[in-house]
Amino acid sequence: MAAAVVGQQWVLVEMVQAFYEAPAYHLILEGILILWIIRLLFSKTYKLQERSDLTLKEKEELIEEWQPEPLVPPVPKDHPALNYNIVSGPPTHIITVNGKECINFASFNFLGLLNNEKVKSAAQASLKKYGVGTCGPRGFYGTFDVHLELEERLAKFMRTEEAIIYSYGFATIASAIPAYSKRGDIVFVDEAACFAIQKGLQASRSNIKLFKHNDMADLERLLKEQETEDQKNPRKARVTRRFIVVEGLYMNTGDICPLPELIKLKYKYKVRIFLEESLSFGVLGAHGRGITEHFGINIDDIDLISANMENSLASIGGFCCGRSFIIDHQRLSGQGYCFSASLPPLLAAAAIEALNIMEDNPDIFQTLRAKCERIHKALQGISGLKVVGESFSPALHLQLKESCGSRENDVKLLKRVVDYCMNSGIALTQARYLEKEEKCLPPPSIRVVVTVEQTEQELDKAASLLKEAAQSVLN
Amino acid sequence: MERPERPRANGCGAHGALRNGFVRGPPGTQINNIVHNGGLYKRPFNEAFEETPMLVAVLTYVGYGVLTLFGYLRDFMRQWKIEKCQNATEREEQKDFVPLYQDFENFYNRNLYMRIRDSWNRPICSVPGAKVDMMERVSHDYNWTFTYTGRVIKDIINMGSYNYLGFAQKTGACQEAASKVLSQYGAGVCSTRQEMGNLDKHEELEKLVARFLGVESAMAYGMGFATNSMNIPALVGKGCLILSDELNHASLVLGARLSGATIRIFKHNNMQSLEKLLKDAIVHGQPRTRRPWKKILILVEGIYSMEGSIVRLPEVIALKKKYKSYLYLDEAHSIGALGPSGRGVVDYFGLNPEDVDVMMGTFTKSFGAAGGYIGGKKELIDYLRTYSHSAAYATSMSPPVVEQIITSVKCIMGEDGTTIGRARVQQLAENTRYFRRRLKEMGFIIYGNEDSPVVPLMLYMPAKIGAFGREMLKRNIGVVVVGFPATPIIESRARFCLSAAHTKEMLDTALKEINEVGDLLQLKYSRRRLVPLLDRPFDETTYEETED
Repeated sequence: MAAAVVGQQWVLVEMVQAFYEAPAYHLILEGILILWIIRLLFSKTYKLQERSDLTLKEKEELIEEWQPEPLVPPVPKDHPALNYNIVSGPPTHIITVNGKECINFASFNFLGLLNNEKVKSAAQASLKKYGVGTCGPRGFYGTFDVHLELEERLAKFMRTEEAIIYSYGFATIASAIPAYSKRGDIVFVDEAACFAIQKGLQASRSNIKLFKHNDMADLERLLKEQETEDQKNPRKARVTRRFIVVEGLYMNTGDICPLPELIKLKYKYKVRIFLEESLSFGVLGAHGRGITEHFGINIDDIDLISANMENSLASIGGFCCGRSFIIDHQRLSGQGYCFSASLPPLLAAAAIEALNIMEDNPDIFQTLRAKCERIHKALQGISGLKVVGESFSPALHLQLKESCGSRENDVKLLKRVVDYCMNSGIALTQARYLEKEEKCLPPPSIRVVVTVEQTEQELDKAASLLKEAAQSVLN
Repeated sequence: MERPERPRANGCGAHGALRNGFVRGPPGTQINNIVHNGGLYKRPFNEAFEETPMLVAVLTYVGYGVLTLFGYLRDFMRQWKIEKCQNATEREEQKDFVPLYQDFENFYNRNLYMRIRDSWNRPICSVPGAKVDMMERVSHDYNWTFTYTGRVIKDIINMGSYNYLGFAQKTGACQEAASKVLSQYGAGVCSTRQEMGNLDKHEELEKLVARFLGVESAMAYGMGFATNSMNIPALVGKGCLILSDELNHASLVLGARLSGATIRIFKHNNMQSLEKLLKDAIVHGQPRTRRPWKKILILVEGIYSMEGSIVRLPEVIALKKKYKSYLYLDEAHSIGALGPSGRGVVDYFGLNPEDVDVMMGTFTKSFGAAGGYIGGKKELIDYLRTYSHSAAYATSMSPPVVEQIITSVKCIMGEDGTTIGRARVQQLAENTRYFRRRLKEMGFIIYGNEDSPVVPLMLYMPAKIGAFGREMLKRNIGVVVVGFPATPIIESRARFCLSAAHTKEMLDTALKEINEVGDLLQLKYSRRRLVPLLDRPFDETTYEETED
């Protein structure tokens, strides 16, 4: 103890000695530095100077002068999308559009369940038991036994572990994609993907890589490029998730995706597949289970299947199905599921009854396919119009063989064809897009929808009428 | 003699007039919350958010700390197979794929949410009215899986559903009209508005909604969430500025993000913060390029559902006019629930609906249906008819739902020949005042405005979230509890949604049980003493807080 004290004293003495022996300039420099430190410690902290040295008066002048754009630009009165067709009464097989009675070739009522009495009475029973609205999201007393039943039935029908329902078809895929794919992940998506998928991708903030429509070589090229990127940075690659988003039956082109090749690519490059089956659910496959049944693929190979119930099931809403490992995640992170009211029970009951009908009558799918083939054949060879879509697709497009210069003129021309048909009793519509918002805008077209309720005479009538219309308008 | 200096709250102007509702005086002082800001308000605006008591905040953090430690312990045990892992797992064939979820993302889910999961997603099997039947479910493995016993718990007082005017009914004029339309039109539509899905019913609905709101024109959509997320991108784009409240709903945030505009956030309901942002935006222009902004859009909600606060609409409109910006008002919870004739927050403050550029709302809450609407000038609605994402790509509304909205709106307006609508609006206002008053007297901390039918009761501690939900269910009352991430981590709360369908007896029963549970769980944190008011009839004057 004494030695330590002596040691300390010794160090102090040394310091004082060093002080005396140091040269003058050294001491002066040290002194200045110490004073500078003291000054910095005690001076006021200063803010970064305001970027502009504007006086209050100048600021007020700027505020006075600033003129914003009008909230919305004016829309010309004859804009094609502004004047809607008014349908009086139910949009069923015989539809009254703008006062005229026509045969409906425009609503996606593929299985004719919109007017089905059994579906309506199931919805009525539900209405009498639950009222109309659910008054809450799924988490807060908005989960009804009907919802749970519908989810179970859909999962059983599609032969997956679990299903989750949404109250709006558009929101289904638009909420599902951002729940899994986040910033930094990579998504390979087909160019012809529908708008809902595009919005889901935009919300996810991931890297989007578009590949040419149904072109597996292009997709493989992109995947190989990504593989070489990965080898440069393996640590990042280990946490970057990859997804391929495709549709079973494309809404914009009427084709199907080559699913077996996609599955091969999936296992080769370790990418997950999200399949959007809005048009193919209830249409393809021997029992209407969609494109996986059509190609005979094991449903567990697809990570997520998303579809809306607004086409074949003639209800409202959408669902996703797959393994529990994947679907359960959406119950807490699917924005359209957690933050939105649940599906009204009467619509869920209508969907359940529609599923019952689909399960009990598996021959309607074959009937529908035959009708599609029939009209596909009948529409070949129309002057000026070409048929776009597979022969068994119930939603076809009729595009102009040659464009007449601008999209606006094309749209006007097609409108005349559509009006001619409507005046003669066939209700058709043009496919509507938001021209400035689409990533790859499809060319203007007339949408032809085949349903199970249309008789063969009606199909033939429609085909001949279209031929007539094309002759008179386009020549 | 000088009056003793009263402790001043933040943002106090001259004469002690308060500018915002945040009160930071020492506990025990009686502070007058009435605001008359330069005559903009025709009625007093009573809003308060009592500060979290220090001890409670500390204990809450300690609670979360303990839960986190246990979470790590359980994860460790699961990893070393000491405890069985109940999570669903990846397929064998895909084990070498990049993992779909990161372990840390789901830490909260696995270890905190899972413990109290039975308070949410409770399945019901009757109409979600004032009383509801719930399916009983039990869990034998601490909430990892549920089984239904098959029994039904009947007549639970429903304080969780958004049924403000009591239109969730299975009998009555609305249900009959919807039933007729269902048999005539069917349930679905199978087409979009711009193609073949525009029914005459939709046109009728839109004209009626425009009349109800007092605007030129309106447009209706199938989902409230989608109304925001699909129409905000149509209104603003790159080069525009969005000023959004701190506590805006997820749909507004998503719509703002998808639009591509620059987003700046102002403090919740704080008009100085909003004014500063507006000034800075106009004076400095866009960041880096200094070009002037194309337009500025202010996003606010009528009633904020987690706080129970009402937007300061007169001040917002004054600011918007001064700085030439546009106002987007989301009345999801306030339409039908506020105002002497039920027309929402604009009616509540007695303002002109034409001052609000875009009036948006939903039909889910007060009208007992589903969907959303936007109302405004004819140019705006024409533009949305052409360029809204929903009109071009999403299926239109289902006809029986549309009929339910038509009938309920007519009822509220009094056009169906009865006074049911008016009576319900008044009943809701009475219920709100009574319920909030009684809860404050009991000593709970209640957030929000005196007139808002959304009543958040603060719980703070994570264990109490689960306990409150379960205890109330045992006493046959269904409540909604919310925690992180819907609220800040220490401010978990129980949220009551009042309804015109609640009778005074139901409210009294509920209050009695809440009192009991409050004593049991020690939830009476409030340190402001309130004199219990003798029962006096409902009138428009404000409740003064008097000295004890």
